[in-house]
Amino acid sequence: MSAIAYPINEAKAVERPQALRDPDWVRWSLTAVAVGFIVLFLCLPLGIVIIEAFSKGWQTYWSALTQPDAQAAMQLTLLTALVTVPLNTVFGVAAAWAITRFEFRGKSLLTTLIDLPFSVSPVISGLIFVLLFGAQGWFGEWLSAHDVKVLFAVPGILLATLFITFPFVARELIPLMQEMGSEEEEAALSLGASGWRTFFWVTLPNIKWALLYGVLLCNARAMGEFGAVSVVSGHIRGLTNTLPLHVEVSYNEYDFVGAFASASILAGLAIVTLILKSALEWRQARR
Amino acid sequence: MSQSNIMPGFRPTLAFTLLYLGLVVLIPLSTLVFKSFQLSWEDYLSVITNDRVVASFRVSFVTSLAAAAVASLFGFIIAWVLVRYPFPGKRLFDALIDLPFALPTAVAGIVLAAIYQPNGYIGTLLTDMFGLQVAYKPLGIVVALIFISLPFFVRTVEPVLQEFDSTMEEAASSLGATRRQVFVRIILPNLLPASLTGFALAFARSVGEYGSVIFIAGNLPYVSEIVPLMIITKLEQYEYAGATAIALTMLVISFLLLLVINLLQLWVRKRSGQL
Repeated sequence: MSAIAYPINEAKAVERPQALRDPDWVRWSLTAVAVGFIVLFLCLPLGIVIIEAFSKGWQTYWSALTQPDAQAAMQLTLLTALVTVPLNTVFGVAAAWAITRFEFRGKSLLTTLIDLPFSVSPVISGLIFVLLFGAQGWFGEWLSAHDVKVLFAVPGILLATLFITFPFVARELIPLMQEMGSEEEEAALSLGASGWRTFFWVTLPNIKWALLYGVLLCNARAMGEFGAVSVVSGHIRGLTNTLPLHVEVSYNEYDFVGAFASASILAGLAIVTLILKSALEWRQARR
Repeated sequence: MSQSNIMPGFRPTLAFTLLYLGLVVLIPLSTLVFKSFQLSWEDYLSVITNDRVVASFRVSFVTSLAAAAVASLFGFIIAWVLVRYPFPGKRLFDALIDLPFALPTAVAGIVLAAIYQPNGYIGTLLTDMFGLQVAYKPLGIVVALIFISLPFFVRTVEPVLQEFDSTMEEAASSLGATRRQVFVRIILPNLLPASLTGFALAFARSVGEYGSVIFIAGNLPYVSEIVPLMIITKLEQYEYAGATAIALTMLVISFLLLLVINLLQLWVRKRSGQL
């Protein structure tokens, strides 16, 4: 069928047949609807964050960001990302290596289980750690007897974030490494390279952009997670508030400039993430 | 795929993967199941059939369905325009689609509340012109969920549309089909599996969403209280059993949705494999 269609198409290369192109008025109105929707639903909120943050002037904005509670929240957010992102990255690489370089039983089940946290509501992701470490939880008594605080403390926040961001790196690497195959690595190994040397000199250069992509998304979610962290944090100002929680606490206390000032930092993070993401996609497309 | 024995590191990487998966995901998640075994069937039913809980399920499902429908309709137009029509700034708009993925939900929540509250940027317009209040009403929940779920639909349909074989359109047109016939008979049926997948993903995400909703919802029991908030309310009252019962129900529903999504994706792959 296509063999017949092609010559016709080439003959009319300049003027495509009526049935192949949308009329101009359809073109224009659909483009207007799409652009209008994106501007209204996506651009406007981004702009409003900045407008609201600076609504009382630069001075108020700056003091809202430099007050101790906001500073503590930023530090905790950074700490959370610094702990969870490397752990989930190492896991992602190890899981992708095991799944894509070897055949074993239960492989597809394992791949499904890795994606599990994505289909669990953030609130439930928090709840399960309350059930584990709360006063009535499995380890509750043991923890309080040994004076270890997990829930309503930093370890709980780290665990909940670890759960939420668990699949990000693995799910970027698995399809890529599957597609790449292992011929290059086998060649290096058969020439006498050690396993680690093969990984760092052959595998890593091939997967580095996808790896960065996964790390980027993992980091954005680790810094921005709200629902799960909100359940386990206890909202103790200056101690267990991450930046998104600080946004909520400030907003609920009618400190709108404070809320939007912190929100503007997170919105900046989102924009940087999107820019880097586009750059990485562009790089991958060129490969 | 042939496997040689020369690849190193099978045992350590698999062992680490299983250990880490168990510690971070499986053991925590299994507590929910074990905890719910402690509930008797009567206890479970009395939690789930409680009027306020039933109302919260209704609010969550109705608003999520509405939001997924709107996000699908506009998402389809957006995907269509981004793939098919050239226009200035296209790459920027395309990159912006992912904003709801990257923007923390709490930020989305307070911004949308600021925009749609009765004296907000758009809220004022809507109240003055149509007497329509969005924020602190169920409609506000729908707005927040549209924002959250839009990229799920667009990013599912966009690649399918990109790989769409336009020789089919050409064949139909050479056989005398009008543009409308080509769209209804050729394009739409071919995009149906991907569109349904996008709709299901948007719905699944919306049902579990918490952060962006609570600021704009008003959180009035029976009216604008969503299921995730219901779980948090139970937790704050130390009703762990109640929270567990609701959470387990939610989890079962999301796994069923996941199953549906996987089957749909299988259909997408089969469909494109046949072409």
